[in-house]
Amino acid sequence: MKALRIGLLGLLTLLFVSPLLFMISTSFKTRQEAGQVPPTWIPRDPTLQAYQAILNASDTPVFRWFVNSMVAASAHAVLVVITSALAAYALARLEFRGKRIVFASIVATLFVPPVILVIPNYEIVGRLFWLDTLVAVIVPTAANAFGVFFLRQFFLQLPRELEESAFLDGANQWQVFAKIALPLSLPALATLSLLSFLTNWNDFLWPVYVLFSAENQTLQAGLATLQAANSIRYDLLMAAAVVASLPVLIVFMFAQRYVIEGVSRSGLKG
Amino acid sequence: MAWVFLAPYLILFVAFVLLPIVFGLWISLHSWDFTLPGKPFVGLENYKALIDSTSVTFAPFWNSMQATGIFTLFSVPLLIVIPLGVALVMNENFPGRNLFRGVFFAPYVLGVAVVGVLWRFLFDANVGLVNSVLGGLGLPDRIPWLSSLPAAWVALVAVTIWWTLGFNAVIFLAGLQDVPRELYEAASVDGATRWSQFLHVTIPGVRPVLSFVLMITIIASANMFGQSFIMTNGAPGGETETAIYYIVEQGLSSFDMGAAAAASWILTLALMAASVLVFWLFRERDGSKA
Repeated sequence: MKALRIGLLGLLTLLFVSPLLFMISTSFKTRQEAGQVPPTWIPRDPTLQAYQAILNASDTPVFRWFVNSMVAASAHAVLVVITSALAAYALARLEFRGKRIVFASIVATLFVPPVILVIPNYEIVGRLFWLDTLVAVIVPTAANAFGVFFLRQFFLQLPRELEESAFLDGANQWQVFAKIALPLSLPALATLSLLSFLTNWNDFLWPVYVLFSAENQTLQAGLATLQAANSIRYDLLMAAAVVASLPVLIVFMFAQRYVIEGVSRSGLKG
Repeated sequence: MAWVFLAPYLILFVAFVLLPIVFGLWISLHSWDFTLPGKPFVGLENYKALIDSTSVTFAPFWNSMQATGIFTLFSVPLLIVIPLGVALVMNENFPGRNLFRGVFFAPYVLGVAVVGVLWRFLFDANVGLVNSVLGGLGLPDRIPWLSSLPAAWVALVAVTIWWTLGFNAVIFLAGLQDVPRELYEAASVDGATRWSQFLHVTIPGVRPVLSFVLMITIIASANMFGQSFIMTNGAPGGETETAIYYIVEQGLSSFDMGAAAAASWILTLALMAASVLVFWLFRERDGSKA
C-alpha cells in the first residue's frame, strides 16, 4: 500500500512538474534549439535572447504587460476587499430594512452563469469610455458574490462580546468595524485579497476582448497576441509564459496555506 | 448606517451584475451592433434564427453547443474521479504531504493563457514533447494532437485535468477530513473491508462535497473557452469551438451583439436545466437512502 502510494504520487509529480520545467528550459534556448527534434531538456548554450526579444518589443511589450497586470490585479484585490468587507459586515452584524432581499439577490447571482454578463457589460463599459483601459479589467469583475459570502461567514464567527463591549465604551459603528472586526479578520482578508489577485491576474476572456492596443494589454491577453504574431516561436512564447507564471507561482509558494485553505473552505461552504 | 456600508458594493453589483442581466435581455431583442448608431428592435427574431434550421446562425451555434456538450460529457467524470482518487491517496499522514498537495495545486494558479500556450507547444505535432515521449516509448509519434479529431478532444480534456485537478482534489481532501474518524474505526471493528468502508463511510460522508464539486465542475466545463481559443482555435474545422467561444466571437468580434445575447440566454437556460437535473438526481438518492 505504501509503495503503491509512493509510486502513484511520484508519477503524478513527474506529470505535474516536468511541463513547467520544460517551459523554463525552453525559454533559455536559442530559436533553433527550441524547435529541435528530439527536444533537449537542458539548453546547450543557455541564452537570454528570447527574453531580450520580447520584453520591450513594440508590438508585444511583455514588460509593459507585466506592469499592467500588476497594477490591475493589485487594484482589483484592494477594491474587492474594501467593498466586500463593508458589505459583508453590514450583512453579518447590522439590522436594516431589506436585508433579506439584498442578501437573497446576491445569493441568486451565484447561480447566474457569467456568460450572460459579457455582452451587456461590454456595452456598459463602452458607454463609460473604459474600453481599452485597465479600469475595464479592474472594476466590473469586482462585483462578485464570493467575497461577500466569504467575509460574512467569517464576521458571523467572531465573538460578539468584543464588539458589544466596545459599544459600551462609547465607540460608534464605524470604529467597531475598523478597530475590532477588521483586525480580527486579517487572515480572511489576506486570503480574499490573494484569491482576488490571482483571479484577476489570470483572467483571460474579458481582457482579450476589452483591451485592444498592444500597450494596454495584460499578460494573459498579451500571450494570445504574442502567439498570434509568433505562432511557432516557442522560445519567445515560453519566455513570456515564464514571465506570466513566475509571480503567481512565487506568491503561491509563500502563501500556499492561505490559497489552499481559502479554496477548500469556500468549497465546503457550498 | 447599514446602507453606507453596503453602498460601495451595491453600486458595483447593480451596475455590473443586476443591470447587465436585464440589459442583456433587452439587447437580445434588437439587431444590436455596438459600432452602429441604429439598433432596430426585432422582437424575438434573434431567438427564432437560433432555433430555425434554415437560418445562417443555426448550424454554427448548435455546433458550438455540441462542442460544449462533448467537452462537458468527457471532462466532468474524469475531473471528479481522478481528483477524488488523488484526495483519497493524500488523505493520510505521510511525510511531504503538504508538498505534494502544493505541487498538484500549482497549475491551477496559472492562467488558462499560460497553460494553453505551454500545452500547445507540448502537443505540437512536429516539435512537441508529447509526441517525442510517445516515440521514445515506441508508440505512434506523429499524432496531430490539435488539428484532428478525436485527438483534439483528448488534448483539451487532458490539459483541463492537468490545470484543475488540484482545485477539485483540495476540496475533496477537506471534505474527507471532515468525515469522523470514529466511523472508520466502528466500521473496521465490524469487520468492514477497505472497499466497503469506502462505499459505506467515505462516499456518504463526502456526498455534500461531491455534489458541490460536481456542480461547479459542470459549470466550469460548460464555460470552457481559453483552452480552445489558445490551443486549437476551433480546429480542425470549427468542431472544437465551444458555445462561449462562438458567443463572444459573434458578439464582440463580429459585433452581432443581439444574436450573441440571445445565444447566451439559450446557453444559460441549458446550463440551468443541467444544474436542476444534477441537483434532482442527488436529492433522489438521498431520499431513497433515508
